[in-house]
Amino acid sequence: MEFAFTEEQQMIRDTAEAFLSEVSTSEAIREAMATEQGFKDELWQRICGEMYWQAIHVPEQYGGMGLGYVELVAMLEQMGRYLLCSPFFSTVCLATNALLVAGSEEQKSEYLTKICEGSLTATVAYTGTNGLWNADAVETTAIKDGDNFVLNGTYRFVPDGHTAGLLIVAARSEGSTAEEGVSLFTLAADTAGVECEWLPTVDQTRKQAQIVLNNVTVPASSLMGEEGNAWPLLEKVIQLATVATAAEQMGGSQQVLDLTVEYTKERVQFGRPVAGFQGVKHQAADMMLRTEVARSAVYYAACVAEESINGGPLGGELAEASSVAKAYCSDGFFKNAGDAIQLHGGVGFTWEYDVHLYFKRAKSSELFLGNGAYHREKVAQMLLD
Amino acid sequence: MKLSFSPEDEKFREEVATWLNENLTGEFEQLKFRGGPGDEHMFPEERKKWEQKLAEGGWTCVGWPKEYGGRGCSIEQQVIFNEEYARAGAPGHVGHIGEGLTGPTIIAFGTEEQKKKYLPGIVAGKELWCQGYSEPGAGSDLANVKTKARFDEEKGKWIINGQKVWTSLAHESDYVFVIARTDPDSVAHKGLGFFLMKMDQPGIEVRGIEQLTGTSEFNEVFFDDAECDAGDIVGEPGKGWAVAMGLLGFERGVSTLGQQMQFQNELNQIIDIAKQNGAAKDPVIRQRIADAHVGLKIMRYNSMRMLSGGEDGSLQKEALIYKLFWATWHRDLGELAMDVLGPEAEIIESGPYNLTRLQSMYLFVRSDTIYGGTNEIQRNIIAERGLGMPKEPKIKM
Repeated sequence: MEFAFTEEQQMIRDTAEAFLSEVSTSEAIREAMATEQGFKDELWQRICGEMYWQAIHVPEQYGGMGLGYVELVAMLEQMGRYLLCSPFFSTVCLATNALLVAGSEEQKSEYLTKICEGSLTATVAYTGTNGLWNADAVETTAIKDGDNFVLNGTYRFVPDGHTAGLLIVAARSEGSTAEEGVSLFTLAADTAGVECEWLPTVDQTRKQAQIVLNNVTVPASSLMGEEGNAWPLLEKVIQLATVATAAEQMGGSQQVLDLTVEYTKERVQFGRPVAGFQGVKHQAADMMLRTEVARSAVYYAACVAEESINGGPLGGELAEASSVAKAYCSDGFFKNAGDAIQLHGGVGFTWEYDVHLYFKRAKSSELFLGNGAYHREKVAQMLLD
Repeated sequence: MKLSFSPEDEKFREEVATWLNENLTGEFEQLKFRGGPGDEHMFPEERKKWEQKLAEGGWTCVGWPKEYGGRGCSIEQQVIFNEEYARAGAPGHVGHIGEGLTGPTIIAFGTEEQKKKYLPGIVAGKELWCQGYSEPGAGSDLANVKTKARFDEEKGKWIINGQKVWTSLAHESDYVFVIARTDPDSVAHKGLGFFLMKMDQPGIEVRGIEQLTGTSEFNEVFFDDAECDAGDIVGEPGKGWAVAMGLLGFERGVSTLGQQMQFQNELNQIIDIAKQNGAAKDPVIRQRIADAHVGLKIMRYNSMRMLSGGEDGSLQKEALIYKLFWATWHRDLGELAMDVLGPEAEIIESGPYNLTRLQSMYLFVRSDTIYGGTNEIQRNIIAERGLGMPKEPKIKM
């Protein structure tokens, strides 16, 4: 048993930290978040061309680096810390996972290769207008029409849905409910009848979109997995993305703690740094507790996610481990970010200081893929029903 | 990262489980799930016998080096032993202070003579120890020890005077280790000595403290010209603080996984009740049970990080937050137990004041956030050592 990063994993994390601290500065974040696209092409190209991060857990046969989920999580932690504005999460943690879990050989060859080249960004769309995150979220319908399917419906809350080149969409057979009848399709964003529209958000660092499908025709070859039986695949994709979100949240928890400690050590009142007052120290200590507990949850979930993809005895724990991590990290990051504003005092309330960016990301990431209460209810079902 | 145990370790797990399964029977059957924190006053004699049974099987001091009578188990094997021990419902170790604290201290800082004199009794499960740290005026301010030790040249012995408090199992113990001031003019952590003392002597008196549970497992211990042999001071006079602090370093969290098994047993009991009485349908209770489960799961992962030595091998943040995390979690579990029981939570097992196990737990957990460093002290330590925030300025009195 060795529940710690290997030297190589440590190096990946350190490299990510060094790079992001240089490129994802406060100025860079603010510049990117003010745009509709939400990221700078130049930085994304550097990430794809120099760092090769988008290829991290893609098998080598598709042009990837062939590393695992633990390595991915080590990077996501840093992306959460530095609020990286990029299509990384949507492309890698949603779409790439979907292709790895549900894609046919042809689909993997075609799309993973392009993603690894840096020539394609992608996302997953499954949530309709009802605001749910489980199978009931799938509202769009897929009607079979000869060798094709005709898709109709509206998706909301789709990360980077307005900029992604490839959409992986979930749709259900007419009249089906819940986990029955769900299918997954690949869909080029420029297909006729697809309308992608930016949804401006409170958290400007992660862009969301609404996608309307109006009689969109897709060929049967775009099906991922079996027609009508894709929910277990989609569920796994969602669970993997849930682990990824928790990793970002944990990184964010760490960063607001660091910002707070740094600020309170400098801020002098009553003739001494406010960091010396127990009222401040104890809140900071609780923030560190939440960060470290979150870290333990995330690293474990990362190991589970890795084995769920590449095989191993822990793979079967994905549902539980992802919910455990997301429940804790969602509440922990939000509480930490709120406490960070409080401990920064007046400046924490300004646009100038970065704390509010984390506070906003904390809420958006908490709501994304189900908040703490949602995941606790999932755990409760495992324990009590 | 690698989370699985090796095949050899899994074989060891089987060995432990089999032994416990075969031996935790007959007269020991009644000890199952008894004698843990909050229940330490129960079955002392039977648990002493059990301790010797363990010793016969070679299951005391499993983490000690073989040369001192231990089993020389790796960290992984110690984890496994603690897990299986708790899973089997084996009773709270009456020898845990000797095995976990005294022994490792003597091994690290003691003389050859002390090792020969004391270690075999601990390994054999025959000699029990208690610890003399806290005093009425030295709780959170642990270094504010007033108990005094002076060397009597005529007798050739140390003479100890003072009082210790919150000494668990003192009335069952054969020996106590005591921190006392060897330099009467010293203050705080300077000028202390670390003494190994026999309990059965005229100068030592033990009085039980009646706790809010109505039971007594903690005691006051009074030292009135109590004697300690010249050779029974560990380390030099005046250097006792370093020895005492060294103690804390020995606990690398191995026993935490066993403790978590006990927590799991409690949570399982609560879940069973919730399913039976319908509380499991209450959405708020569901959230709280799930939250407890989430906390306990992560507690385990956190311990695994602690045991793996931390990600950068130096400052282990996951170890710093651990006490605050489990103590607060356990306190919340006590409240959850009562809320799941509903009005039945008030009805005790029998008069005058025999509590059920869950009622006992619910009341006892109020001490979890106090002993071994209160939550407030833990937060100071986390802020100062983990985050480098300044200490409170000292006020000159």
